[in-house]
Amino acid sequence: MSPIIEFKDFSFKYRAQAEPTLRDINLSIMPGEKVLIVGPSGSGKSTLAHCINGLVPFSYTGEINGTLTVKGKKPSELGLFGLSKIVGTVLQDTDGQFIGLTVAEDIAFALENDMTPQEEMFAKVDEVAEMVDVKRLLDHAPGELSGGQKQRVSMAGVMVDDVEILLFDEPLANLDPATGKRAIHMIDQIQKKKKTTILIIEHRLEDALYRDVDRIVVVGNGRIVADTTPDELLATNILEEQGIREPFYIAALKHAGCTISAEDQPQHIETMHIEKYSQAVKDWFGKAERKEGKKGSESALKVEDLYFSYEEGKPILQHIHFDIMEGEMVSIVGKNGAGKSTLSNLICGFYKPVRGRILLNGQDMAPLSIKERGEKIGLVMQSPNQMISKPMIFDEVALGLKVRGVPEEEIRERVNRTLKICGLYPFRNWPVSALSFGQKKRVSIASILVMDPRVLILDEPTAGQDYRHYTEIMEFLKRINEEFHITIIMITHDMHLMLEYTDRAIVIADGHLIADDTPAKVLTSEAIADKAYLKKTSLYDLAVNCGLEDPSEFVERFIAYERKNRREKEDAAHV
Amino acid sequence: MSKMLAYEEKDTWIHRLSGVTKLIFFLLWCFTSMLTYDTRILAFMVAFSLLIFKISKTEWKQVGTVFKLIMVFLILNVLAIFILSPDHGTEIYGTRTVLFHIAGSYDLTKEQLFYELNVIIKYFTVIPAVFMFLVTTNPSEFAASMNKVGISYNIGYALAIAIRYVPDVQGEFTKIKHAQEARGIEMSGKASLLSRIKNTSAILFPLIFSSMDRIDTVSNAMELRGYGKHKKRTWYMERKLKRNDYLTIGFTVVFTVVALVITFADGNRFYNPFS
Repeated sequence: MSPIIEFKDFSFKYRAQAEPTLRDINLSIMPGEKVLIVGPSGSGKSTLAHCINGLVPFSYTGEINGTLTVKGKKPSELGLFGLSKIVGTVLQDTDGQFIGLTVAEDIAFALENDMTPQEEMFAKVDEVAEMVDVKRLLDHAPGELSGGQKQRVSMAGVMVDDVEILLFDEPLANLDPATGKRAIHMIDQIQKKKKTTILIIEHRLEDALYRDVDRIVVVGNGRIVADTTPDELLATNILEEQGIREPFYIAALKHAGCTISAEDQPQHIETMHIEKYSQAVKDWFGKAERKEGKKGSESALKVEDLYFSYEEGKPILQHIHFDIMEGEMVSIVGKNGAGKSTLSNLICGFYKPVRGRILLNGQDMAPLSIKERGEKIGLVMQSPNQMISKPMIFDEVALGLKVRGVPEEEIRERVNRTLKICGLYPFRNWPVSALSFGQKKRVSIASILVMDPRVLILDEPTAGQDYRHYTEIMEFLKRINEEFHITIIMITHDMHLMLEYTDRAIVIADGHLIADDTPAKVLTSEAIADKAYLKKTSLYDLAVNCGLEDPSEFVERFIAYERKNRREKEDAAHV
Repeated sequence: MSKMLAYEEKDTWIHRLSGVTKLIFFLLWCFTSMLTYDTRILAFMVAFSLLIFKISKTEWKQVGTVFKLIMVFLILNVLAIFILSPDHGTEIYGTRTVLFHIAGSYDLTKEQLFYELNVIIKYFTVIPAVFMFLVTTNPSEFAASMNKVGISYNIGYALAIAIRYVPDVQGEFTKIKHAQEARGIEMSGKASLLSRIKNTSAILFPLIFSSMDRIDTVSNAMELRGYGKHKKRTWYMERKLKRNDYLTIGFTVVFTVVALVITFADGNRFYNPFS
């Protein structure tokens, strides 16, 4: 059998760049294989995908050396449209790629472009919709669908073409953990049923490995660093070296001093042979320190029996009750559409609660306007592009002070101080457009920090970021939390974030508060995880499989240990 | 707001007509209305427009705001005609029956009143037809129809995709507006008009940038699924012409011909009650 995709000594340089993005790529993928491609941001993994689906060189031009064949033919012979008959691509942005006005039209899009007669389209759309379980949604508009449903529609939209290769570009990026799990399961089903070749590009390795893959290809700095089975790969240190997050249970085993071998099948914690490691894990657990919880004594933000609805009798939020202490870092979690954003809209005063009170430092905020609240509670949106409105960095950060009529001299002084805190001072006279995404994110945080808020609310602060950028942003937030005693509330469905950086998780499901506890407790409880569309952490399974009695305590100690390690590494780097 | 003038699914024979039929009706109807000043025909057209408007079960809340807006324009239009050419009616009908003198060279004449009445009626022949066309035609099906009558599918699709992303952009707009308001940029009635206009840029720029990200994704997604591969494409939402469609088209064509014959029978497009 010959490979369906074959790269030979392949390299590619974008027209606008000096250095090649991909070099010396040699990779063959057999028909029916399921391959996971991992790598940090900027490693070239997306470019690799673009080469396969034809966006390179047809949409993004550049210089190619070496050869690539798809189904034995060169992309130049096939053309972008020829390739699209072989390779179906499901993009990361579930909203953006939804083209049709209804589900049925979106699925039929490729058929329409191919001039398929209408009768044939009806039959084909029904068949594919059945396969991904969206048949009862055929006449729905995209606004009526959840993120997971939209993604399944996108899958159907490329499968109508009977493509032989399905390419998923970060399928987990916009989904809550439980929906992500379901997506991985569905991809697995499709491969088994239709023998399609599957390529998944992801940096969330642990979640992507929820179902078996045949191989993992690690891309680093434009080259292929590893191309091997998951079991083999997890037994090495390649992932860590490349800045890709290892599955939690693997990291924990390594902390306990175990050397993992491929024979023990580390791909899934549920089926891994754990016996020979369990004593080491137990010993480590005995020695590891527990993280000391710190908590201010003053209430920063208190919510009392909050109730909100657009229509009488259809509550979006009800009986919401919590008290966040000064200097805490708290996560608000729950599935998409559970009411998390509504809650932050209520706190910022964009909506008025139907019943209940919100207190800031013990004072009822009801009489305060949006602007007045904005001086005490800062809101940072998910994407910096949603906030930045000035071309120059200094002006952007100064904006909030300027509109409040702060004197020029004071503005200069406060902006410069804030830019120093955020590590942006050297760039103060730069245009915003010259910054990277992570730096822009910091500009958007700086533009809020400059107003000296007591509480900072961040909406999905790390969405779409790889491990390195994630750590960078979160360590920065942790630092301003500790040094300036600012209370930080993060709205997220990233379980790593809630575990590693927050002391407390407020869990909302279907408009109710269902838990308010440490993240470790929340993520080791099946009942809560199920209700809130979260996922139990693999550390729980590890602890249970090793015979530990208190899994949530194990998780606490693991996080404390990781945090200490990271601090030491950082301090060493600063010296 | 989002429901304003938007397609709403209802079960009437007008909704069931193909978009092509409605487009042909709409175009010929407007064409006739534009050409004729024959009051008898216009009166018939108003009556008929209102009748089919009723049949299409269009509700006031779907069209109310836009209707009021059009009324404002209508009044401006009628006043402007009078101010700019107060004797246009006389020029047309050849007589001059002064009702009373206003000021300077301005007299109110019967002829002018009658002429302006015709203008008003013309508005009312077209308004229900426009509304009905918009709220009873599925945008995708409309795109298909435009393509059917020979217009490039790019134009139809651009329209359909604009409608597709309107709610998304609206949602994004609200989010950005909220975040900027929290930063202290006043967008409510409290701020002066001038500073509100200036502050709009604080919302517009982020909106444009995030929309550009979206456009990039959409165009990639479309290309990856073969958009623009052939000169033609088929449409999932297309409706085949049925008996009612042929009857409607037939009626429209016959009506147009008859209306124009009656209009021009006496040599010009005006009906003259004064001679």
